[in-house]
Formats: sequence, C-alpha cells, structure tokens
Amino acid sequence: MTSLPLADPSAPEAQPRRISRRPTGSDAIFVNVARAIGASVLVITGGVGVFLAWQAVPTLRRYGFSFLTEQRWQPEADIIGIAGVLVGTVSIALVAMFFAFPLALLSALYISEYAPAKIKGLLVSAVDLMAAIPSIVYGLWGFFLMMPHAAELAWWLQRHFGWVPFFKIRGTDADSPVWDTSRYVSSAFCAGIAVAMMVLPMACAVMRQVFSQTPPGEREAALALGATKWGVIRSVVLPFGRGGIIGGTMLGLGRALGETIAVVLIISPAFEIKWNVLETGANSVSALIAVQFGDATPAQLSALLAAGFVLFLITLAVNTLAAVIVNRSRSGADADA
Amino acid sequence: MTAVETRPDSLADRPEPSAEPKTFLPARDRAQDDDVPPPVPRRAIGAPNADELFARAGAWIAALGMAWLITQRFLPLGGLAWFLIVLLVAGIFMTGLLSSISTTFVEVRDRVAGIVVTAGAVVVGIALVSAVVFVFVRGWKPLTHLNFFTDDMAGVEPKAPFTQGGVLHAIIGTGIQLGIGLAVALPLGVGTAVFMTEVGGRFARIVRTVVEAMTALPSIVAGLFIYTTVILTLGVPRSGLAAGLALGVMMLPIIARAADVVLRVVPGNLREASLALGASRWRTTWNVVLPTARPGLATAVILGVARGVGETSPVLLTSGAANFVQANPLDGAMNSLPLFIYTQVRSGEPHSIGRAFGAAVVLMTLVLALFVLARFVARPRKYRNRPSLRSRVARIRVPRTRTTRNGEAA
Repeated sequence: MTSLPLADPSAPEAQPRRISRRPTGSDAIFVNVARAIGASVLVITGGVGVFLAWQAVPTLRRYGFSFLTEQRWQPEADIIGIAGVLVGTVSIALVAMFFAFPLALLSALYISEYAPAKIKGLLVSAVDLMAAIPSIVYGLWGFFLMMPHAAELAWWLQRHFGWVPFFKIRGTDADSPVWDTSRYVSSAFCAGIAVAMMVLPMACAVMRQVFSQTPPGEREAALALGATKWGVIRSVVLPFGRGGIIGGTMLGLGRALGETIAVVLIISPAFEIKWNVLETGANSVSALIAVQFGDATPAQLSALLAAGFVLFLITLAVNTLAAVIVNRSRSGADADA
Repeated sequence: MTAVETRPDSLADRPEPSAEPKTFLPARDRAQDDDVPPPVPRRAIGAPNADELFARAGAWIAALGMAWLITQRFLPLGGLAWFLIVLLVAGIFMTGLLSSISTTFVEVRDRVAGIVVTAGAVVVGIALVSAVVFVFVRGWKPLTHLNFFTDDMAGVEPKAPFTQGGVLHAIIGTGIQLGIGLAVALPLGVGTAVFMTEVGGRFARIVRTVVEAMTALPSIVAGLFIYTTVILTLGVPRSGLAAGLALGVMMLPIIARAADVVLRVVPGNLREASLALGASRWRTTWNVVLPTARPGLATAVILGVARGVGETSPVLLTSGAANFVQANPLDGAMNSLPLFIYTQVRSGEPHSIGRAFGAAVVLMTLVLALFVLARFVARPRKYRNRPSLRSRVARIRVPRTRTTRNGEAA
C-alpha cells in the first residue's frame, strides 16, 4: 500500500506560485526590446510609404488630376503626367505575364506531377536559382540575345496578324523586302520578354508549392476511380491549387510592375499612351525614375516621387489581393509566397 | 457511373459453384434496353506495352519527318526555332492521331497533356540555361586576365584591351555595401520576426501587416527614398553608406517576412516544453526557437542577400559610379558589380560590354556561391555534425558493477 504523507510536519509550507501574464525580470527586457525592434521597423518601413505620400502632395496639388491623365512628361514646358508611363508599365507587365503565366503553370505542373522523383529536388533548386539570378543578367540576356529574335517575331506577327490592333506598328511597311530592324527593337514586347524571365520562377515556385500540398487521399481517390494522370491534374490538382495559381500569378505581376533595370536597358523612352506593344519605344514608371532622377530639380523630384508613390500603391494593391487570394484558398494557408 | 460490363465469355467457363449465388448483377442487354449506358472501356494501367511504346516513338519519328518537310520544303520557314515549333505541333498532332487509333479519347487527352506540360518545362529549362550559358560564353574572355580581379578602372580608357583594368573596385564596393545593408537588415529583420512570433499581440499584427505591405515596395522606390532623405535632405554625399542603407531598406521587409514564416513553423510544443521546464521566454527563444529554426533562418537571410547583391536600381540612385577602389563608405562615390555592369553596357563600347559580361560572370558566380551555401546550411540536421554510430556506441558509459558468480551485486 502506498500512502501519501499529507501532513508531514517537517515539510516546508507549500506556497502557491504567483501566476501572472506580466513579464518580469529578463522576460520584461526581452519583450520590451523585441517590441522596440518591431516599432523601429514599423517606423522605417511605414516611414517610406508615409514619406512618399507626403512628398507627392505638392505635385498632386500643382497638377491636380491631370497628373494621372496627362501623357507627356515635359518638365521644361511644365507639363507633367504619368498616364503614358503607367500604360507602358502595365503593358510591359501584361506582356511579361502573357509569357510567364503559361510557362510557370506548365513547369510547376511538370515538377510536381511529371518529373521523376530523382530529379525533382534538382528542378526545385533550379527554379529557386533562377529566381536568385540578378535582374541585370536577365537584362543583358534580353538585350543581346533575345532582342534580335524578338524583333524578328514582331515582324512576323505584324505581317500575318497586323489586323490585330495591338500588333500594328506605325510607320513601317510589313511587306517591304528589307525590314527596318530599328522600328521593331526596344519595344514593350522585348522588355516584357526579359521581365517574364524574372517573374516566371517566382510564380512557378508558389504554384509548385501549392500543388505539392494536394491531399494524397484525393489524388488516390481520383486514381482509384480510373482517372488518368491528366484526369488527376484536372479534377484534383488544379481545383485545389486554384488559389495558388492566381496568387502566384499576381505576385509575379507585382514584381513585373516594379522591375527597373532590365526595362531601362531594353526600351527606348517614349511618352505616349500606346497599346501597340510591338512598336519601338515604351516607358515604365521605374524606368522613368531611373533615367530622370539625376538632373531633376526639386519640383521634378517631387513629381518622380509622386510617380513612385502611384507605382507603390498599384503594386501594393496587387500584392495584397494576391495574399488575400492565397490565404483564403483551401491550399494556400501555409504557403509562403 | 454504374456501368457494368458484360462479362467476357472466358469467365462464364468457370465451374459454377454448387450453392446458389446470393447476389447477382443484372447484365442488361443492349438489344432490349435502350437505357443501358455504353460500356466504359478500361484504361491501360501499368507500364506501357510494346504497342504503346511503338506508337509513341513512331509519332515522334513521323513528327520529325513532317517538321523537316514543312519547314525545309513546303514553307519558307528557315531557322531552328521554326523547326522546333513545327516539330512540337506535329508531335502533338501525331501522338493524338496514333493513340486515338488504339485507345480512347480520355487516354489521348492524357498523352497530349503530358507532351504539352513537358514541353513547357523544357522551354523554361532552355531559357534558364541559355541565360546562364550566354553570359558565361560572352564573359569568359576578360576573366582569363588576372588583372581583371586585381585592378580597378582608374585611368583605363574604354577602348583599352582586357589586359588593363578590372573590377576589383566593384567587388570591394559590393562587399561593403552589402555589409552595411546586412548590418541594418539582419538584426532588425530577425528581431522583428522574433517580435511577431514570440511576443505577439495587437501591435505585432500591425507590424506584420505593414512589413508584408512593404515587400511590395519596388526597389527603385527604396532607392529614391534614400536619395531624397539621406542624400538631398541630410547632405550625405553619394556614397557606399547611402547605397548600403538603400539595400538595407530594400532587404529589411524581405528578410523579416521570410524569417517570420520560418519561425512560425517551429513546433509549439518545443516552446511549451521549454517553458514548462522553467525557462524564461528569452531563454526559450534563444535556446530553443532560434536554434530550431537556424537552417531556415540562414536560408532566408542568404536568399535575401542574393536578391540584394543583384539589385541595380537602388544602387544606381545612391552610390555614384567611381572607377577606382574606394574602401571608405563615407567618402564619396563607390561602385558595385551591378552598377558597373549597367554603366559599362550603357557606354556601348565593345570592350566595355565585354567587361560588363565579365563582371556579370563574377556576379553570377557570387550569387551561385551564396545559393549553394544556402542549400548547404539548410540541409537537414542529420547529415551534419552527427558522429558515426560506432563512435556513439563507444561513448556510452556502462556503469561498472562487480558481479559475483551467482549474479548478485557485490
């Protein structure tokens, strides 16, 4: 028999421990230091946004709504507007997504569904490596290797699909025996291809991660019902990963909108609203900043900051939407984008 | 589908069991009943048989012939690119055609989808390899001269041969700027992640929201921010310090967010076990949470660095391009590898472009090294620092007890 010495007179009096959620001693220091770091980061990062907004005020006050609708950028004539560069930014990003989205989706599907298990890890690393390659390298690739071929493709598209509005190239004759190369290079189309290389690995990584989280039970259920591999993908993997597909694409879009250096290397600046992406001359907000900041007067600098602020708001909206979609979807709850 | 196939005759030949069957499937006759669903053909499972293999290989051989015929004989489509495109289209078409002879539409679709998906992955692979190989092929020539690594561009004409000048100043500049950027971004980023996961609360949620929002900040805008505040308002000259700060501002949200993701997946029961043993929260964080997350944290930081190394746009605005070795980040213009590449390419001189490609090879090698380091650090623990089984067995201390002959301890 066991007996508990409940009333041992020699035992010290048991005192109930004081339980409190308030940190004491080293805990208090830890909590407060951590809070201070968090606050300083909040100030730094939030400060950038607030600062941009504050700097943009004089410009927006001076030019009013026409800042967003005017397409010319002529500081010497006191005409400043970002409609042209905004359209350019969007069209470059759309061209980039036109190439990047299907390729990212297909390669993510290949890695998660078709690749032999032995090389799967290698392929995942390759995609990560592709994401880590500096954008200037893709700029070099786009400028020296891609652009001649892209120009040729543009010429071909113009000849055969010239009736499509945005394949039209003004000031050129598609049927001329000698084609004027200079009218086909440095376009939004060429820049978009280089940017596509940059956003592709990002979108692919998010999609692959979401696909790999497909519940094996559902996969096996589809197989047990007699589905082919494509049947499994179509009925299980793609519906499950829909949030990741949309979210990854939008994250890529956010990156494409803000891409600078490859765009600066490739395009030749043009300030007008145009949707003919094959035509030479385009511009984007970030390229505008990179080219113009050097010899800008304070007023122009404010205008550039305002343009940067608008760009930031657009990317912020796109990224937030992407995060919401990824988090809401069934699959993306713990995918880190 | 509740389709029941009519049993093939071979099954009917089986000896009938003596007992009356309890259940039976009413095999409906198509001739009498119009509602009978058509029999579902079974799809082939397992390894492809010889017939299938033959069809697959044959489809591609036919596609090869068609592609040659179309591009070289029928249509004026010269060039390798057209040949490959036509080959792919013909391959898809022939595969579909050949497999539709022997199998069902479901299977045809499966095979075509497989080809399309694989082709997409191959295109991406070719693009990646072409980018890497192209830069290496264009850039290896300057690298063969040792002075490319030991010299700077001071007093070197743009047209000078590769035996003069080098990128030492850019390499040093990249190192210094990255060091400053990391000195800002690493403690603040990881500290914020610790705050967001270990302390928590309403304020932490606000910080997380803002940090996640700021990962959307285009890098050029981060550069513009530093340019306006530090250089124009505070009067610091364009220098390594300003460039480092710009990189820091750019990397801070990236590192903080990645570290937050890593810390969040540390299992909660590890924390609880540590707290239950009486450790303080600081001790728990320092001795349990951070060591557990160390590989992930290292990966997050290294990938952030790899991103920072290659960013040109913030540096373009803030550092100024010196062509000599500048080791003092406070003292005027400094160069860095991406900026060097950018300025050399913009100059348009063939030798400058050659140097730019050489610098790009150096930069890519740097990124590759960082990347391999990240992979190495992130390896699962079991492969590292683990003594062999033999040494572990040898280390087990067996308590020495003298035993007498009849087994009782003395």
